[in-house]
Amino acid sequence: MLAAAHAAASTDFFLVYLANIIMQVQLNTIHKQFGSLVANDEISVLFEPGRIYGLLGENGAGKSTLMKILSGYQRPDRGEILLGGAPQHFASPRQALAAGVGMLYQEPLDVPVFTVLENYLLGRAAGGESPRQAARALEALAQRYGFDIDPHEHTSELSMGERQQLELLRLLAGGAQVLILDEPTTGISAEQKDILFASMRTLAREEGKTLILVSHKLDEVQELCDYAFVLRKGRLVGGLPLPCPNQQLVSLMFDELAPRPARRQLGQHAPALSLQSVQVHTGRLELEPVSLQLQAGQVLGLAGLEGSGQELLLRACAGLLPLSGGSLLLGGESQPDWNYPLARQHGVAYLAAGRLEEGLVAGLTLTEHMALVSHTHGLLVDWPQNRKLAEQHISTYQVVGQPESYIENLSGGNQQRFLFAMLPQNLKLILMEHPTRGLDIRSTDWIWEQLDQRRAQGTAILFVSADLDEIAARSDQIAVFSGGRLLRSLPAAETSADELGHLIGGAL
Amino acid sequence: MSRLERIWPLLPGLAALLVTTLLLLAMGTSPIDAYGAMWQGAFGTSARVYSVLAFLVPLLLAASGLLLTFKAGLWNIGIEGQIIMGAIAASWVALRVELPAGLQIPMELAAAMAGGALWAALAGLLKTRGGVHEIFGGLALNNLAILFTNYLIAGPWQPPEGGSFRGTQPFGAHALLPLFENSRLSLLSLVLAVLAFAGVALLLTNSHWGLRLKALGQNARSAFLLGVSSDRELLLAMALCGALAGLGGGVRVLSWFDSLRQSISGGIGYLALMVVLLAGFRLALTPLVAFFFSAVLNGSITLQLRTQLHSALGDILTGVLVLLVLLFGNYARVRRAFRRNRSSENG
Ligand SMILES: Nc1ncnc2c1ncn2[C@@H]1O[C@H](COP(=O)(O)OP(=O)(O)O)[C@@H](O)[C@H]1O
Ligand SMILES: [Mg+2]
Repeated sequence: MLAAAHAAASTDFFLVYLANIIMQVQLNTIHKQFGSLVANDEISVLFEPGRIYGLLGENGAGKSTLMKILSGYQRPDRGEILLGGAPQHFASPRQALAAGVGMLYQEPLDVPVFTVLENYLLGRAAGGESPRQAARALEALAQRYGFDIDPHEHTSELSMGERQQLELLRLLAGGAQVLILDEPTTGISAEQKDILFASMRTLAREEGKTLILVSHKLDEVQELCDYAFVLRKGRLVGGLPLPCPNQQLVSLMFDELAPRPARRQLGQHAPALSLQSVQVHTGRLELEPVSLQLQAGQVLGLAGLEGSGQELLLRACAGLLPLSGGSLLLGGESQPDWNYPLARQHGVAYLAAGRLEEGLVAGLTLTEHMALVSHTHGLLVDWPQNRKLAEQHISTYQVVGQPESYIENLSGGNQQRFLFAMLPQNLKLILMEHPTRGLDIRSTDWIWEQLDQRRAQGTAILFVSADLDEIAARSDQIAVFSGGRLLRSLPAAETSADELGHLIGGAL
Repeated sequence: MSRLERIWPLLPGLAALLVTTLLLLAMGTSPIDAYGAMWQGAFGTSARVYSVLAFLVPLLLAASGLLLTFKAGLWNIGIEGQIIMGAIAASWVALRVELPAGLQIPMELAAAMAGGALWAALAGLLKTRGGVHEIFGGLALNNLAILFTNYLIAGPWQPPEGGSFRGTQPFGAHALLPLFENSRLSLLSLVLAVLAFAGVALLLTNSHWGLRLKALGQNARSAFLLGVSSDRELLLAMALCGALAGLGGGVRVLSWFDSLRQSISGGIGYLALMVVLLAGFRLALTPLVAFFFSAVLNGSITLQLRTQLHSALGDILTGVLVLLVLLFGNYARVRRAFRRNRSSENG
C-alpha cells in the first residue's frame, strides 16, 4: 500500500520532471535592433513550467519585443529559442502556437465583425466540429477559468477585458503551454483583473503551464508572480524571486528615480474656465446640468466609472461635442458658438486617450508631425528646419526615437511625450483623457512635471482618469461623476483615493 | 520597404503580358507578330508617336489630379464627369465667345479648368456638407455630365445643318490649339501636362498643403485634432483635381477632336484611376504607367484598322492588367491574405 502510494508519487514526480524538460523555454542571447535602436541586447532567460514569471521594465525597455520574438511575431537578428532543449525557428505566431507558445498582445488582434464563436474558430483548423459543439466547448472552457463569455455576441460589443478572455481561450484551445500576457491589465476593470489573475494561477498551479506576465506595474507583478526578470534599455539587468521589497525592483528598473517633489498649490485668482449648468446629450448618455469653476493654474480631476459622463464634459469643453444647454466661459468670456477650431485659437488643447486614433497620425514621421503643426505660412516645407525642430523636441522631451521614425513605432510613453512636445506654448487650458494610461512611473512623473511647469505659467488643467490615485494625488479639485450626473465636487485635500472609490462605488 | 515590395507594382504588368500571350497562343496567333504589330501601331511612325503623346496629355492631367485626391483619402470617381465638364466649358468659349487672338485659347483653357473644378467641388460639397460618399456623388455627377453633353449636342449647340447625335459643328481655326506637324498633338498641352505633374509632385512632397492632405488621408480624426481644417482641404484637393481633369477635357475638344462630341472623354477618367492604382499611388511610376496605357491603347487602335484578328488585343491586355491590379495590386493586402492562407493550412 505504501509502496503503491510511493510508486504513484514517483510517477507524478516523473511526469512533472518530463513536463519540465519538455516545456522549458530558453532564450539564448536574443538580439534585436530597429535601425540604430537596440531593443533587445543579447538577452538570455529561462522559463520553467508551472510558474508565473514577471517581465518588468519601464516603457520602451524591450519587453514586448522580446516576447514577440518568443511568440513568432518578430524574428530576432541573432540568438536562439529553445523549447525543451530543441531549437525553434518560428516564422509566424501560428507556428509558435503549434509548438505551444501563445501570446496575448498589448493591442488585441481580433477581427471585430465576427462573433465570439467565429473568432474562436478562426484560430483553429475546422476539425469536423459542428458549430454547436464548438460553442459548447468554448463555454465549458470559459467556465473552467471563470470567464463570462457569450459565444454568439459580436466581438465589437465586447469590453477590452472580455476580448482578452476570448483571446486567452483561443490560445488555450490552440494548445498553448506557454502563455505570454503583454500588459494585460491596461484598460480592463478591477474585477476583470481579479478574474484574469485567478485564471493565471489556475493555469500555472493546476495545469503546469508556464505564464509570463509582461508589465511595468510593480504591484501586480508582486501580487501574482513567483519570479521577475527585469529589463532596462534592452538589457536584462536582473532576476529576483518574489515577493521582494519594491525598492529592489525599482532600483533595477530605473537608473535613478528622482523623488517626487511635493505638490505645489498654484491656483491664481483668475478664472480659466467656468461651466454654468452645462448639459450634453449624445445618443447613449445625457449629462445633467453641471456647474464647475477652474482657476488659472489649477487642476480639476474628473473621477467616475467609465461612461459616467465625465468624458462627455471633457469633449464638450474641447468643442468636440455641442452643449445642449447652459454656457461655457473661457477666461471670463462667454463662448456661445464653441467649437474645436475656436478652442484651439483660444489656447485650449485636448489630448485624447487613444493616442494613435485621436492625436497622432500613423504613417507620418516625427519630422512630418512637426511640419504639420508648425505655424509657418510659406507654401513649401522647410524639411531641414523641421528635422532640427524634431531633434530638439526629442532631446528636450526625452523621446526615444529618431526624427525619421514613424510615430506608430514609438512606445506608448514616447508617443505621449511627443504629443506633449507638440503642444503650443502658453495655453490657457489643457484637457486630457487618461493622460498616463499605460505609462510607467517615470514617464508618469515626467508628464506631471511638465504639466506643473505649465501650471506655473497659468495653464489650467482638466483631466479624466480611471486611476483614482492619480486623481487624488494630482488634482486641486475633484469632481465625481455617476450615471450622467455630477455627484460631488470637493477639494482634493479633503479626500483620498479610497474615499473616491467609495463615492464612485456607493453610487452604483 | 523590401525589394519585393518595391518591384511589386510591376508584377501585374508582367503577369498580364503572360496571360495575354497565352490567350494569343490559344487562338493560334503568333504573340510575336501581334506584339510587333502593336509596337508598330504605337511607335511605328512619328505620326503614331505623336498620337500616343496626344492621348497621354489628358490622361496624365487626370492622373496627376487623382494623386492629390487619393493622397487625401478620397476616391474621386467623378473625375470622368469633371473631364466632360471641362470639355463643355471650353466648347462654350470656343463656340460662343470671340476674343482677340492671344486671349482666345487661354480663356478656353481657363474655362475648362473652372468647369472641371466646379464639378469636382460639387462632389466635394456633397461629401462635406451632405454626407454623400464621393463615389456615389461622383457617379451621379458623371451621368449628369453625359446627359448634359447629349442635350447640348442635340439641342442648343446642334450644327446648322441639323441635329445629329454625333457632335457640334467644328470650332473655328482660331479657337483650336495649334497642332504639331499635322498630328493631333498640341505641344502647348503637352507642356502644360508635364508642368501640372511636376507641380503636383512638388505639392505632395514638399508643401505644407500636401502634408496636410497626407495626414487627412492617413487619419482624418487625428489630423483634425492637430488643427487641419479637413473640409476646406478636401474641397481644395477635389477642386484642384477637377481643374486638372477639366483642362484634360479642354485639350480633348481643342486638339484631339475639333468639336464637342458625344463621348468626349471616352473613359479617360476611369483609365486615369487605373493608372494611379496600378502605379501604387507612387509619383514616379504614375507618368510611366500612363504612357504605357497610352501606347497600348493607341497601338491596338491602329492595329484594329489593319487586321481584324488582333483588334481586341489592347483591350484584353489592359483588361487583364486592371483585373490583376485590383486583385493583387496592394502588396500589403496580398501579403496579409497570403499569410492568412498559409497559416490556415498549417493550423
Ligand atoms: N517595429 C518597430 N520599429 C522601430 N522601433 C521599434 C519597433 N518596435 C519597437 N520599437 C522600439 O524598440 C524599443 C522597445 O520597444 P518595446 O519592446 O515595445 O518596449 P516595451 O514593451 O518594454 O515598452 C522602443 O524604443 C520602441 O520604440
Ligand atoms: Mg510593450
